Amino acid sequence: MLEFLVGKFNYYIYIFLMMIGFYAMMGKRNLVKKLIGMNIFQWSIILYFISIGAKKGGSIPIVEGLSGHGAHIVSHASQYVNPLPHVLMLTAIVVGVGTTGVALALLITIYKKYKTLEEDEILRKIK
Amino acid sequence: MEVIQSIRPLLAVLVSAFAGCLILLAGEKNRNIREFWTILASVVKFSIVCSMIPFILEGKIIEYTIVNVCQGVSLQFRVDAFGMIFAVLASALWIAVSIYSIGYMRGLKEHAQTRFFFCFALALCGGVGVALSGNLLTLYMFYEILSVSTYPLIAHKETPEAIKAARKYLTYLLTGAAFILFSIGLTYYLTGSLDFVAGGFLEGHCSANLLRLLFVTFIIGFGSKAAIIPIHEWLPTAMIAPTPVSALLHAVAVVKAGVFCCLRVILYVFGPELLFDLGMWLILAYVASFTIIVANMFALAQDHLKRRLAFSTINNLSIIILGAALLSSDAIRGSMVHIAYHGFMKITLFLCAGAIYVKTHKEYISEMDGIGRQMPFTLGAFTIGALGLTGIPPVCGFISKWYLCLGSIEADQLIFLIVILISALLDAAYFFPIVYNAFFKSKNGVYPKFDEASSLVVVPIVATATFSVIFCIFPNAFFYFLDMASISVQNILGGV
Amino acid sequence: MNFYQVHFPILIVSVTLLFSFLIPVFGWWKKKLCYPLAIIAISISLFSSLIVANRVLYHGPIRYYLGGWEPPWGIEFYIDHLNALMVVLVTSISLLVLISSKKSIEKELPDKDVPFYSLFLLLFTGLAGIVVTGDMFNLYVFLEIASLSAYALIAIGEERAPYAAFRYVVLGTIGACFYLLSVGYLYIVTGSLNMADLNQILPNLYHSKVVLVAFSFFMIGIAIKMALFPLHVWLPDAYTYAPSPVSSLIAPLMTKVGIYVMIKIMFKVFEPSFSIEMLPVTTILSWVASIAIIVGCVLALAQVDLKRMLTYIMVAEVGYIVLGVAMANRNALTGAVLHIVNDALMMACLFLIVAAIMFKLGIRNIYELRFLHRKMPFTMGAFTIAALSMMGVPPACGFFSKWYLILGAIDANNWIFVAVILMSGLFNAILFFRVIENAYFEPAYAHDGGEHIEVSRDEAPLSLLIPILIMAVGIILLGIFSGKIISAFIQFIVPVSF
Repeated sequence: MLEFLVGKFNYYIYIFLMMIGFYAMMGKRNLVKKLIGMNIFQWSIILYFISIGAKKGGSIPIVEGLSGHGAHIVSHASQYVNPLPHVLMLTAIVVGVGTTGVALALLITIYKKYKTLEEDEILRKIK
Repeated sequence: MEVIQSIRPLLAVLVSAFAGCLILLAGEKNRNIREFWTILASVVKFSIVCSMIPFILEGKIIEYTIVNVCQGVSLQFRVDAFGMIFAVLASALWIAVSIYSIGYMRGLKEHAQTRFFFCFALALCGGVGVALSGNLLTLYMFYEILSVSTYPLIAHKETPEAIKAARKYLTYLLTGAAFILFSIGLTYYLTGSLDFVAGGFLEGHCSANLLRLLFVTFIIGFGSKAAIIPIHEWLPTAMIAPTPVSALLHAVAVVKAGVFCCLRVILYVFGPELLFDLGMWLILAYVASFTIIVANMFALAQDHLKRRLAFSTINNLSIIILGAALLSSDAIRGSMVHIAYHGFMKITLFLCAGAIYVKTHKEYISEMDGIGRQMPFTLGAFTIGALGLTGIPPVCGFISKWYLCLGSIEADQLIFLIVILISALLDAAYFFPIVYNAFFKSKNGVYPKFDEASSLVVVPIVATATFSVIFCIFPNAFFYFLDMASISVQNILGGV
Repeated sequence: MNFYQVHFPILIVSVTLLFSFLIPVFGWWKKKLCYPLAIIAISISLFSSLIVANRVLYHGPIRYYLGGWEPPWGIEFYIDHLNALMVVLVTSISLLVLISSKKSIEKELPDKDVPFYSLFLLLFTGLAGIVVTGDMFNLYVFLEIASLSAYALIAIGEERAPYAAFRYVVLGTIGACFYLLSVGYLYIVTGSLNMADLNQILPNLYHSKVVLVAFSFFMIGIAIKMALFPLHVWLPDAYTYAPSPVSSLIAPLMTKVGIYVMIKIMFKVFEPSFSIEMLPVTTILSWVASIAIIVGCVLALAQVDLKRMLTYIMVAEVGYIVLGVAMANRNALTGAVLHIVNDALMMACLFLIVAAIMFKLGIRNIYELRFLHRKMPFTMGAFTIAALSMMGVPPACGFFSKWYLILGAIDANNWIFVAVILMSGLFNAILFFRVIENAYFEPAYAHDGGEHIEVSRDEAPLSLLIPILIMAVGIILLGIFSGKIISAFIQFIVPVSF
């Protein structure tokens, strides 16, 4: 039981963050706040991914002292932190940044058009 | 049964589709060329269809597969004697109606004539396709083409009433099509095949109640086009279309396609034995009889000439269905030839109504006193048609009604004999006043002078009326209708 | 096998990616070059995809290892019959839409053509990448490439476009993040990201809750992306207010690609029995899909704007395909995949026609379309053919996919679905005949006894018209030859256990 609560603490954190982000996206009426919520949502998932690669007592995943043909030599993979999630999340971070950029550009356009970033005012102006 | 592979069925169907494109290209600017394409296409179609008659009379079947759709089903033409009856009827009458409609449309200076002729060509493509198709899927395809291409024809006048009538038409037909599609799907699921087999192929594939349900959905689906009461309402409303449309399509092609499909279902999908076992033949016969009597009663009450003729058509369509439902050899034979003979007679009547409208702009029977003196040829032809529909010799309606009566006696169901006779009586009751008023009544004792419509209009009318008479004296004249019906009956029942 | 034979799969994606970066460079130099460059790029992709499809037809599935790294460490492109069919579909429709986009862009977005073509190619890269990849994370990357380009392209549009695009951004990101989450969960338990590999490893793990959660996240995420009711709310606004060429590209393809992803994961990564027997996924999906069909049709009836009506019909079409997938028997799945192809073609044709009408008349209101059959007869003719296909009138292609769906529903003994499919055909008839009536029939007062207002023919420009006509002819040809497509491609897609 304790194992369940404490051992998986990274899950609780990421779910907590994800729900904050989700609430912000759905519940808040200001568009910037929605955007921030979206960001928190994405970042929570990225944190989660990175956390699953962590190992107790693992070191950074760089093979030292071997030049060139290091890939053929069996290294003790269990000593290193899993690098694959890190790599995947690099991509995901870039995607997140791109999405944020596009969303911000949209917000600028919306602000120029409607002079406000509150959702209900925008909806009123559209009608 | 020998089967021949030939591309003729495909050619027969595609001729008018191709002509339709040429008509569109010719357009409003080259009216005479456009009319030329119509007439040429109708003649070519008719000759291709007729070229297949000798094979059919020898008892062979012509087949042509277009493409395979799924396991056991392809788009396929399969020309047998029954299909030939309808194909010959449709293509022969198209020639007559094409000539007629040229005169009619120009006489009335109608608009959108290109669309009219284009849709007509496509509708005939669908009609002949229905006649020549070899399985339910191909039938459905051409059936839909027929429904869709006749929609612009009904809405031709583009008045709000016309558009509403067209909408109603489409509602009835497309809802029926949904039922048909369901039935076809279920048939394929039960048997794995959709090909028409003389004598039916559904026997023994599933429970009796499911078969009964399937029969009901089939008849509801096709019955919407065959104008069985209570799904008949679109037909009188569709009389708002120009007369050539009403004549060919609603007396001959569209409704006949509906009835043709009903007969295909009764005789080639279910088959007489299965229907007899299920007991559905009696129910269908009662439904058809109900329509027969009620339609004729409605007809009595109509003053609008075309509406009266519409109800007469509903009456005759159900007579055809009744004949098939009786499941005896003479009754089936009678209903098959009635498809052809009624077509000729009814088209005469409708073309007359149109001629009267072109010349005098009169639509109501009460206005038509003395018109026989003005247009003796037209009204003479009308009289011949009326005599035929009532069943009086020497017009061909007598032959079909004779066989139907024989058939109901053969089936031991005298009640239907009575139904047919009552319907004939009612026919007389609403046709003869028209004829009498036309020839013998006058307004204030003054008879109008002789003033027929143009010859383009009158010649087809006289031609179809003449054919109606010839068919009575020589039932096999020109087209061998009676022989083809006999061959079909033989195939279905396995021996006359 | 020489260089060219081996590397065609990657050409499909990399050429357009490269060109989408080249276009801004060349665009600063000479604007006129953008359009030809884009056409060249997509033509090369189309050519490659045809060759790839040909090879798949004759030699079976292709596996292409990116960079020579073998899976499960490297990323691979895996092209089997389903992928081949999808990739040819995506590339051909994109090419046709691109050809037609020139005039619309000149009219609607006069000074934004450079970014438009660049983003167009990027969007195409994303879509094509999704359908050829065999790696789960790679799919996420391409999905986001496509989505981001879509967000930006939609936002260039009319008045209400930026707000609609923002809503799409938010919702779409949730969908993509859920997908990412599911990939993560699967990675934790299996240690692999390769689809074929997962297929081998997962059957031992079906009882695990992690896999169950992963699957659920995946379904919700992909449901957002393909606009399955009730997660479709972003679709009508986004597609209506986007510029015409953009909606012509995105509308037919984006949702279909989403459905493709669902089919792939449900049947090729997870075993079909997982979705059918172990979890009631197919049952839930089939009911949701039926509701989607009905809701889509009913909401479409309420629309006056032609484009908006088409977007709601889109929601219904997604419902059709998902219903076919969810009924999970041979006929239904055949119908679903056939409908993906048919619907993409029909929708592309319809949206292009709307683009043509926008170009010529600037209006989209159904009731203002009078005289259109005189002004633009070919366009309206193509519209009629596409409308007949949507209604399910043979020989147009829409009938054949409906036929298989109905057979599948009867096979599944589910008469309610049969009724839903048939009724929606009638709804479609009402929807389209409304437009046809207004476009073809003029009110009677416009002509008495043969006189009518002379309306000159003012047909859409050729670059718009020719793709429309090609698609209209394609609809009929596709219908007549559906049997060949099924026997060549689709029968290999359906899992053997069905």
